[in-house]
Amino acid sequence: MAEPTVTERGTRPAGGTTSHAPARRRVRFGGGARIGLLGALAAGAVALYLFHDLPERWQYPMDLRTRTVAAMLLVAVAVGVSTVLFQTITANRILTPGIMGFDAVFMAIQVFTVFALGPMVLLAAPPLVSWLVELVLMSGFVVALYWGLFLGRRLDLHVIVLAGLVLGTVFRSVTAFLQRLLDPDTFAIVQNLAFASFTSVDRTLLLPTALLVLAALASLWPIRRSLDVLSLGEAPAIGLGVEHRRVVMHVIVVVALMVGASTALVGPVMFFGLLVANVAYSVVGHRHSRALPAACLIGLIALVGGQWFLDRVLGFATELPVVIEFLGGVVFIVLVLTGRAR
Amino acid sequence: MLTRPTLLIIAGVVLVTALATASVLVGVAELDGFVLLASRLPRTVALVLTGAAMAVTGLIMQLLTHNRFVEPTTTGAGDAASFALLMLLLTNPGLPLPGKAAVATLGALVGVFGFLTLARRIPVRSSVLVPVVGIMYGGVIGAVTTFIAYRTELLQELLSWSIGDFSGIVRGRYEMLYLAAAAALVAWIAADRFTVAALGDDTARGLGLDSRGVLLLGVTIVAVVTGIVSVTTGLVPFLGLVVPNLVSRLIGDHMRRAVPLVALLGAALVLACDLVGRLVRFPFEIPISIVMGIVGGTVFLWLLLGPASRTGGATRSGNASKAGRATGTAARRAEAVGRRG
Repeated sequence: MAEPTVTERGTRPAGGTTSHAPARRRVRFGGGARIGLLGALAAGAVALYLFHDLPERWQYPMDLRTRTVAAMLLVAVAVGVSTVLFQTITANRILTPGIMGFDAVFMAIQVFTVFALGPMVLLAAPPLVSWLVELVLMSGFVVALYWGLFLGRRLDLHVIVLAGLVLGTVFRSVTAFLQRLLDPDTFAIVQNLAFASFTSVDRTLLLPTALLVLAALASLWPIRRSLDVLSLGEAPAIGLGVEHRRVVMHVIVVVALMVGASTALVGPVMFFGLLVANVAYSVVGHRHSRALPAACLIGLIALVGGQWFLDRVLGFATELPVVIEFLGGVVFIVLVLTGRAR
Repeated sequence: MLTRPTLLIIAGVVLVTALATASVLVGVAELDGFVLLASRLPRTVALVLTGAAMAVTGLIMQLLTHNRFVEPTTTGAGDAASFALLMLLLTNPGLPLPGKAAVATLGALVGVFGFLTLARRIPVRSSVLVPVVGIMYGGVIGAVTTFIAYRTELLQELLSWSIGDFSGIVRGRYEMLYLAAAAALVAWIAADRFTVAALGDDTARGLGLDSRGVLLLGVTIVAVVTGIVSVTTGLVPFLGLVVPNLVSRLIGDHMRRAVPLVALLGAALVLACDLVGRLVRFPFEIPISIVMGIVGGTVFLWLLLGPASRTGGATRSGNASKAGRATGTAARRAEAVGRRG
């Protein structure tokens, strides 16, 4: 993307040639056709997950599977879009909201509300109201925290990555710390929050989450043309007439809301965004009109297909998040070692 | 006239003594001879030994990788040790504690060498990318371990190795930590070699040092400490990271002078965090890993983003001649900033 570094090319002559080869192939295969193909694959994965191995009495399993697919669709869109956008405003390929510890912050605040107000807050308030209030509070906190720590000042990218990783650890420790202070009953309530699970989502949250994700997407429509310009970096974007600060702030709020919604629905998935965004770039390139839908579709394929494979083929029920963690970590290391992490 | 390091060491000894006394006095049971000898003293001694040994291993790792931001738990050593222990538990569960420690040490050894190989292949010479890769590398090993542990229902065992907790330490359960402390002592004796090795391969060889041998020694010490601490108390995060950095800010990078202070400060920090964990929800306990994750992580963020880091190695320039590391870091940071430019 922006600022091609001379030192990097110099130290790794092989990198230049390998990264050009797929670019040439990309021209022959239209981006639209690739997205169509991804769409077909995603539809196939969903159909496979829904209908494969369906028992005689299909109503209950069907209901369960539809709910899981709906949750996965929402998470795929939220995580895919938020990661691509986050990488756009930070102009790199390794930084993601997950790696920066966004979801860890959400978890900590969720547990903190229970800790401060007691378990009754989960039962007394209408779930929708508490969900919304929590989401707004959390997003505000995340935006303020990360704006203050990182984006308001000029820091080396790698320092930001490291600080984000450490921040994630700190907030996970805070969550664990608060959990230990709770009494066993309350602990049992919040314990489930800490593990990502696609198969046991709260049905009442599906519709509000969907509305929120749609609203966030709609809010991006007016600035859609600025996004590609934004990925050139701050100075070129300003030079080309983009209101950099305002657009970046807008994008950060959208990212925070989407990560918050996804975390509230299924729990933290740290490396998923990294995996999805980078596969999307290598399939359709960096244009947002292509990369955003591609990231969502790849996310859906990965989640639904992965769950189907683990569930019905291998017979492992719940380890999808662990597998994602593994693959994401490998992708990250490969990105760094091949010099694409800037 | 006392020099600054000597004064700091005296202060450290006083601090550790005070905290250790507090650690002996705090507890649920009425303090009598039996409780003292069977539980309180072992726990306090284990805290001091673990703190000192793990802090020193952090210092060694930092010298070997020429990088201020690495330590055993952020370089896959702990995760590799857990992986080896899990494999052992699946194949030969009856092995006594020393055998387990040996296997964990072996795992950590392989893990650290794997990390060093990876770190050497990072194309961008950025001082911060090395720990980032280390954390990811540890995460990948950890994911595999978690997957296997989950399938074999050994997740709880896994947590006991990777999460430090001193509440289970009684007489007969901690003595192996003396061996870990002995390994740290070896590091002190060989300190000058590490300092020279940190000047770079060519310089070290030019000065007549067997730099491969020193590397092997350093990695072995790190692995022994990681292995033993894993099986006895569980690893404590951020300890090896923040303590050597704080000490380096106080007295610079002279390793032979730094080791005692690093050991003392490490012991003090572990004692203090354990006390906090014991007192916050008295009579229940919070594992030290959680307390340390908050305290150590915050200190690390301050080291990384705080005012002094802006000038890079400049704050340590007075000691730059004593070891090339400070200037090396400063140069790398300047290079990184320039690239951003």
